[in-house]
Order: sequence, then C-alpha cells, then structure tokens
Amino acid sequence: MKIVVQNSTYEVPLKEVTLLSALIYIRENIDSTLKFGYNCKSGVCGSCSLRVNNQETLSCEYKVQDGDIVEPLLYKTSVQNRLKRVESWLHVKSQKQMGEASEEKIERQSDCILCSSCFSACPVLHVKPDFLGPYALTRAWRYTVDIREEDKKGFVDRVQNEGIWDCTLCGECILACPVGIDPKADILHLRTKSMQMGYFDPTPQPDFQDDFGFNPNF
Amino acid sequence: MYDILIVGSGGAGLSCALEAKKRGEKVAVVCQSSPTSAATCMAQGGLNGVIYEDDGDSVSLHVEDTLKGGARLADKMMVSLMCQGAKEDILWLDSIGMPFSRNKSRIAQRKFGAASKDRTTYSQDYTGLKLLHTLYDNCLKENIEFIDNTFVVDLIVKESTCRGVVVLKNDEVETIESKSVVLATGGYAGIYHGYTTNAIESTGDGVAMAFRAGAVLSDMEFVQFHPTSLKESSVLVSESARGAGGFLVNDKGERFIDELMTRDEVSRAVFLQIQKGNKIFLDIRHLGDEFISKNLPQEKKLIHIHQNLDPSKDLIPITPAAHYSMGGIDVDENLQTSIKGLYAIGECSNTKVHGANRLGGNSLLEIIHFGRSVIEKIEKTSLHVELETYKIEAKNTIEKLISEKNSDAFFKLRDRLGNKLFQKAGIFRDKSGLEELLKSIDEIKIDFEKLTLRDKTLLISHLKFKNSLTVAKALVVSALQREESRGAHYRNDFAEQKSKAEHSYIDNTYRQKR
Repeated sequence: MKIVVQNSTYEVPLKEVTLLSALIYIRENIDSTLKFGYNCKSGVCGSCSLRVNNQETLSCEYKVQDGDIVEPLLYKTSVQNRLKRVESWLHVKSQKQMGEASEEKIERQSDCILCSSCFSACPVLHVKPDFLGPYALTRAWRYTVDIREEDKKGFVDRVQNEGIWDCTLCGECILACPVGIDPKADILHLRTKSMQMGYFDPTPQPDFQDDFGFNPNF
Repeated sequence: MYDILIVGSGGAGLSCALEAKKRGEKVAVVCQSSPTSAATCMAQGGLNGVIYEDDGDSVSLHVEDTLKGGARLADKMMVSLMCQGAKEDILWLDSIGMPFSRNKSRIAQRKFGAASKDRTTYSQDYTGLKLLHTLYDNCLKENIEFIDNTFVVDLIVKESTCRGVVVLKNDEVETIESKSVVLATGGYAGIYHGYTTNAIESTGDGVAMAFRAGAVLSDMEFVQFHPTSLKESSVLVSESARGAGGFLVNDKGERFIDELMTRDEVSRAVFLQIQKGNKIFLDIRHLGDEFISKNLPQEKKLIHIHQNLDPSKDLIPITPAAHYSMGGIDVDENLQTSIKGLYAIGECSNTKVHGANRLGGNSLLEIIHFGRSVIEKIEKTSLHVELETYKIEAKNTIEKLISEKNSDAFFKLRDRLGNKLFQKAGIFRDKSGLEELLKSIDEIKIDFEKLTLRDKTLLISHLKFKNSLTVAKALVVSALQREESRGAHYRNDFAEQKSKAEHSYIDNTYRQKR
C-alpha cells in the first residue's frame, strides 16, 4: 500500500498492520530520517499521537489504509504548563471516603494519557493560543469532582479565564480522544458548577431587543 | 549541582522525586522523552499489599507467597520490608489522589497468580497508567524539575564514586553534576526484540551504563516470560484476565495447566504445548461482555486492535513473551550499588524482592516502596571531577561514529539478537545453546562496531542497541554459570533445583563476583 507521510509517499508492503508498524517499517527500510514518537505500542504512553486524514489518532492503535495521509499534530505545547495553570492535584483533603460510586465519577477522566490529540483538534486554539484546552479542563474536572477534594471552588476559580467559557462546544476533542474521554461534557459540568458558585458566562450574549442591529429604535 | 539526580520518570523515579523534595533536596528527573511515557503506564493488573488484614490475609502470608513464588531466591529481609510497607504505600497513594477501584467503601482487591488471598489493588486494568499520572500531577504540585527529551549516555564515575551523568540533549553532549545519582531506568526484557511485551525503548540502558562504569550486576539470568501476550504483536494481556477466571486452552479445547500458577510455570506449559504443534488460546468468553467491559476494558480494546477479535465471543491466540527482568544492578540494603553515590531502584535494580520469579502485582509495589524509601538512605558524595574531560570523551566517541561512507543501520542486528536470545536464552535453556548464543552475540558485536552513521538521526537508537548488546552478554554469561533450574531460569541439562539458593554476580570483567 501507499501512504503519504509529511508530503513524502512511501510504498509499504504490509497488510493489516497498525500505522506505527508501518512507520517503523519505513524508518528501518526506506527512510531513516523519518521522525515520529512511539514507545509502549499499546495505547497508554501517549507518545505516538498524530493526524491521519486530518483526524487525530494514536499510530499504535490505527490500522493503516492505502492512501492514508499522515501528519504531525497541529500543536503540541508544554503539557506541564497547562496542568500547572489548573493545578491538577488534590489541594484540601476531605474527610470523606471514596466509594464505588465516587470512584466511577472520575474513572473515565483519569484514563487520560496526555497524548495532546484533543489539543490538536481544538479549533479554539487556532485563535486563542492561551486557551486552557480540553485535557487540562478534563483534568480540572477530574479533581473538582474527586470526593477527596474539599476545595472545589479553587478549581472553578482557576478555569474561568481562558478556560471553560472560551470553548465553543464543537465536540472535536471527543472524536480525537483515543481513550474515549468527553472533554466537552467535563467543560459543561464545570460551567454548571461555576454558575452554582456565582460565576456567569462572560461572553457577550445576543441582545434580542437590538434585533441584530436592524431595529431603527436603537 | 544537584543533591539528587534521578534518571528515569517511571513510578520509581517519580516517587523518589516526591520524597526528595519533601526533604528539601535539590532534585531533578532526567527522562528520555516526556515524563509520562515510562513503562509504568503499561502495568495493567495491579499493586499488591495487605491493607485490611481480614479474610485471613497477613503481611507474613504476602512475604511467604513472594518467597515461594520467587523459588526461594528472594531476600527475606528485603521482601519483609516491602510487604510491611505496602499498606502505608497504598494509603499514601490514595491520599495523593490515586483513583483505586473500590469495593463499596473499601479499596478493592483481586486475586493474582500464586497469591493465597485477594490482595492486588487496582484501577480497572489501567493501574500503572493512573498511578503514573497521579505521581506526575503531584510532581507538578511540588514543582519538581524535569529534564526531558534527554538521553543519558554514561555515568560520570571517578574513584568508584558517581558524580553525575553525560547526556545527549538536542544532539549535543552535555554533563549534569550531582552529589548522588539514582537510576530508575527500567528493565531489560526489551532486548528480546520481537519477543517482548516491553516498550520499544526498553533496552536496559541504566543496567548497561552502570555495568560499564564498573557496578556489579546480579541475577541477570532471571527474565520473566509472561504467558499471555497476543500472538501477532506480543502486546500483553494482563494476568487479571486469568485472575478473573480466564482459561488457557489448546486447539483441541483442552485445558493443560492451572492458570493461576506462577508465570514461569504457566509459560513453560504454554511453550511446551506450542512445541508440540498446538495453538494456544486465552478463553474469557464465559466472563461475559459486561464483566469484560467493566473490568478489562484495556484488554478488550487491545485484542480488538491487534487481533481483530472480541474476547466475549472469540478465543484469543497467545504466546509467551519476555516481560520483566528480575535481575539488574546489584544493590545492598541501602539500595546503593557497588559504586558510591550511585543508587538503583525499580526494575533496573536487583533489590532481590522477586528472586527467580516475580509475582504479578509486586513490581508496582516495589517501585513505590523503594522509590520512596531510598531517600532515607542516600549519602551525598563530595569529590571534584573535571566535567569537561567526560564531555570531550563522549563527544569524541560520537564523532567517530559519524561518517560519510555508506553503512547499514543496526536494525537487522537487533532483530538477530532478539531472535537468538528468545531461541537460546528463552523459556528453556541449555549449555550448548547458551555457548552458541554467546558466540553469536560476539559476532553481532563485531558487525555492530563496523557500523557508522551519516548524521545524528539514529544516534540515540544506535547507542541504545549497544546497551542491549552489553546487557545480553551479561545475561547469557550468568545463565551459563547457573547450573540448575530455578524459577524463570530453566536448564534442560540441569533440570533440578539446587538445595541452596544463591545469587549470581557479574562485573565488567565477566567474572563471577563474591
């Protein structure tokens, strides 16, 4: 099969293999200058995320097809920096014990492998490079809802600026996530929690009296 | 100048970093790529520890299971330390945010192979992943310094004292000085290339660099073969699948072994079946889709991707593959290597808690327990070293590799090494096979030394393969010298276990030590 990797076309004599196997084949047999991330080959280390036909995926989990176009992620900035902005760790220890139901609440969110796929897929980051982005907000929600955390307000405070209200709820991050996390839902949860805690959506709301500018009385 | 420099960002390295910071040490973690890309994230099944002491479980039972599973080679004192500390380690993890699966309001525990009670804590089958990310979040909280995308080439050792490391960062040679160095670089089962569940980057780098610097290695011949890796890709299917009641069957539909025996025994039984020409399968169909989706979601996904099968409907073809290295850099009870100021924790070290065969769930415990406790033991050194000398030396070695002339890359040699190791130093071994293998390794080494590189694109992979070769030789020499069968080391020509369990030691003269 033929695949295109960063504008170069390669003929790969393999069938029914993961994209990672194909990339390794290319590096070892055709083009040793090809650079790509990889490590665990089982979808948990987050190193091999990239884009195939404009969709983010993990190369170790994607079955490569003839004609696929492979590119790097659109952005991959410092994970550390964003997680530090939301302070993704427990702050004030609650006396409450975690039980089955409370563990299930953070089960999916804590599957995150920090592969940055959601980040690459997020259109808001095109126009607002400082937007916290999906995985950081998911992780903020993961700790907000953790029963062992007393200071929920702290997390809510930290996601207000360049955070939850900047999301357009387009859902691209859900498609991009290789472990099935729904960052959009987590962002909506954070919005509800914010409103319960007295925050309002700061983005300008349409003023219907204005009739979109056509009302001659204004 | 650091107080403590940690090489490796897996569970061992990060636990160590957190404890170091707590004590106000100036600490940094060097990692090859990004911090959460370590092998810890691949551990699926769980972490052992007695936390509730009911159902008749006790620390002494945990100790006894571990010693028995390790074919009496493990060190009782070290095992006791680890098992006694397990409860506190698990509660510590829980207190810093680890999302352990629950059974009502308790931390849930399940049964693993050769364990007499349900004592493996877990987070679905993503235990290692969630453990690593919990530790990482806490490292961010404590502002731990990460030196990422940095490959450690060699240790800086003078007068048998370690004072730092030589690294490659952005293709440039640099040095990092430290009053102590902790190696937490992971294991070496990855040298069985093509026949391993390990990550592609697991080439035993820490073991090789310690060996080059003169550190003693021990029990190198003990490599655990996991009985259930997917046939086509060697991707691991966790022991939790058997713990939950999965069967191993051959193509006649016959079960041929108690699935919950130790991994070495199960692997041998599977391998013998394969040698007879049988195909072997893991059968978890009777567990049902609901149970599999809830408790083994990762297995389900991996089986779908790599074999295109549904474990609730299909038999899963499996094969044993090199999974874990029990041996490694020899350390004393203070986790110090034979080099002053150099410590080793986690899979790269031989803390002698696994003996000749590791029990599932004991490796995550080991990395957390000794990762945390090594900090109390570290003694900082003070010795002046001329860093520039080490830098120039490393630069010269690398410059010599770069050449205009056409040269093959090391890939074919790596495949050859992996294949030979699996055939001759795999699940069954004998004298003639090991001697032949030793010759092959020397031949591969000669071929490897002729190779050159056009530029630095493959430099790190090239150096890593060199590490694999170093480790392979130490492994095979140790396997030859152990004329008995014990745990994961099975000699067809010495099928009996000797009455006295003894550790093997080797240094860079390839002679037995002590």
